[in-house]
Amino acid sequence: MYSYSDFDEGFVRTRVAQFAGQVARRLDGSLTEEEFRPLRLMNGLYLQLHAYMLRVAIPYGTLSPRQMRQLAMIADTYDKGYGHFTTRQNIQFNWPKLPDVPAILGALADVEMHAIQTSGNCVRNVTADHFAGAAADEIEDPRPYAELLRQWSMDHPEFQFLPRKFKIAITGSPHDRAVTRAHDIGLRMVRNSAGESGFEVIVGGGLGRTPMLGHVVRQFLPIADLLPYVEAVLSVYNTLGRRDNKYKARIKITVHETGAAEITRMVEERFVETRAQFGGADQALLADIRAAFAPPAFRNADTAAYDAAYRTDGAFRAWADTNLSAHRVDGYAIVTVSLKAHGDTPGDATGAQMRVLADLAETYGHSDLRISHEQNVILPHVHKSDLPAVYAALKAAGLATANIGLLSDIIACPGMDYCSLATARSIPVAQELALHFKALDLEHDIGPIKLKISGCINACGHHHVGHIGILGLDRAGVENYQITLGGDGSETAAIGEKIGPGFAYDEVTPAIERLLRAYLELRLEAGESFINAYRRLGPAPFKAALYGTGDHLDAA
Amino acid sequence: MSRSFTPKVVTANDLRLGDVVYLTQSGKWSRLHGEAHLFTDEDSANAALASAAAQSLVVVGAYLADAKAGPHGPEPVHFRELFRTRGPSNYAHGKQADLAAAQKVA
Ligand code: HEM
Ligand code: SF4
Repeated sequence: MYSYSDFDEGFVRTRVAQFAGQVARRLDGSLTEEEFRPLRLMNGLYLQLHAYMLRVAIPYGTLSPRQMRQLAMIADTYDKGYGHFTTRQNIQFNWPKLPDVPAILGALADVEMHAIQTSGNCVRNVTADHFAGAAADEIEDPRPYAELLRQWSMDHPEFQFLPRKFKIAITGSPHDRAVTRAHDIGLRMVRNSAGESGFEVIVGGGLGRTPMLGHVVRQFLPIADLLPYVEAVLSVYNTLGRRDNKYKARIKITVHETGAAEITRMVEERFVETRAQFGGADQALLADIRAAFAPPAFRNADTAAYDAAYRTDGAFRAWADTNLSAHRVDGYAIVTVSLKAHGDTPGDATGAQMRVLADLAETYGHSDLRISHEQNVILPHVHKSDLPAVYAALKAAGLATANIGLLSDIIACPGMDYCSLATARSIPVAQELALHFKALDLEHDIGPIKLKISGCINACGHHHVGHIGILGLDRAGVENYQITLGGDGSETAAIGEKIGPGFAYDEVTPAIERLLRAYLELRLEAGESFINAYRRLGPAPFKAALYGTGDHLDAA
Repeated sequence: MSRSFTPKVVTANDLRLGDVVYLTQSGKWSRLHGEAHLFTDEDSANAALASAAAQSLVVVGAYLADAKAGPHGPEPVHFRELFRTRGPSNYAHGKQADLAAAQKVA
């Protein structure tokens, strides 16, 4: 795992000291709120509905056990004993007190973490495939490149005041688990005909009020050109981006208004200049970074213990079937730990649970932990023979829910339970859906499905790329939920379609039940997933089910 | 002055704790919506907001929120403001817990 250099350490410590001074000056009146607000946002501190909220970056979703324990300590000492993991591979603390924030940032710096650039119109936390370095289908571990981008973008003087926030996601696998097409820049590792790895560069994706999928501006970018090319994209955007209108300021609008072909031309033109300015220092740095991401010392052992448990223990088998993914190394598995226990808040983990996860990573997981954009925790490298023990420990900590990829594995943003921008709640909608389908015992029958909920048009819950998306709105002072269908955040990305009028708060769960019962009737066979059935049939029969005009289905 | 002015309370968050607060008649801040002063005309509401915003050592993010008179003082009109009087719905955190704890002590 990457360790801070003296430069990183000095930079983060200096920032903590600066912010401590800024908080002190705010509290003694030397700074007005107007002056202080941009300073606190630069350090990840928001004001929410009931309290402040501190957003801490988890670069490319990777955490060490020591860092996880420190997050637990912060949750227990300065918050209400839990933290919320988000779709952007951040953790949010919902109850920090302003005078405590410098101490929290100091505690984060102690474990090489920070909250810098988790807000504001700068390059945000670079997100990555949460299976990076472990996935069986991976071309290359993308995290060294994410780390290179992190170092390069951190406090980059040219890119601190972009027209709007800027989000970069990277994946090393053909199966896109990083939603690259919904990011300002998406980077997908590919191989060229000579077998060399490089990046497909996608620009201009984004969700929010105008959801758009990004355009490929470069089919194959050699690895050595990564920084100059990304710099060229940002530089073109920095010049063209609509600073006059916040709602048109993201690069997706720039690409849309300028045209993908013209943007590509401008980026390539600028790239000639930026590339000439890079003298190779970035490549030397990259070599050092790569060494920090060397694979762990995988062991070679037999998997009899796993095979026996799988044969004899039904609960273990159910969990293994949903929560394990194929590892690149024989005998290993990737464990996804669900933070979606039915009825709980998606993405929340208590301090005690974080410690259990840290211990498990240390004992069984080569000291590696990941946070997924789907708000779960990953143990990326577990030898199969250790899985029964891991499962038992997870179960004891309330972390063994066997629902990864199923209906109750819902992404939900904080919504109006926390967020000051929300137009409706999202968490209780997720809680109710999960409990309801559990009670019906239908979610295994329904099979793989992505259900995502946002509490306002900003789309932090990725609802546009949910197979089923739910968007909470305020219709004349009442919570109202709009349903979109057919979205997809993977390599077959699509923006979901709005199907019809919205539903009142207590109508959402029955509507989703009608929709999914219709799917069960309509699918060709159990193996046809919801999204595939939707693609085959189009919206009409699902719309009929949602709006209760689907009686003919029962007759069919 | 608009004849159809919806009555308002002045609300904000406590600078240090972040907790939701309401401006009372005496110009102090209360944690309870029912103790807020209900402004029934636009000019006095705006004046109160201006003076509240000036108390920047005590509160942050002051604004006017629609409210109506009720048996135990002003009540929120919009669900957002109702949630702010309680705290989140997923945990018994925030006011709903703090106030219950305070009542036990009293
Ligand atoms: C609670 C405080 C939050 C605030 C104030 C906030 C604010 C916003 C805003 C204003 C946008 C729209 C940006 C634009 O289109 O220009 C946005 C988008 C987004 N936010 Fe948040 N957000 C919050 C929490 C979260 C959380 C908890 C997550 C993860 C669960 C998240 C992830 C995202 C994502 C993925 C998008 C859409 C992708 C995109 O940028 O196009 N945000 N957020
Ligand atoms: S989608 Fe809206 S409600 Fe949800 S976290 Fe983002 S800004 Fe808040």
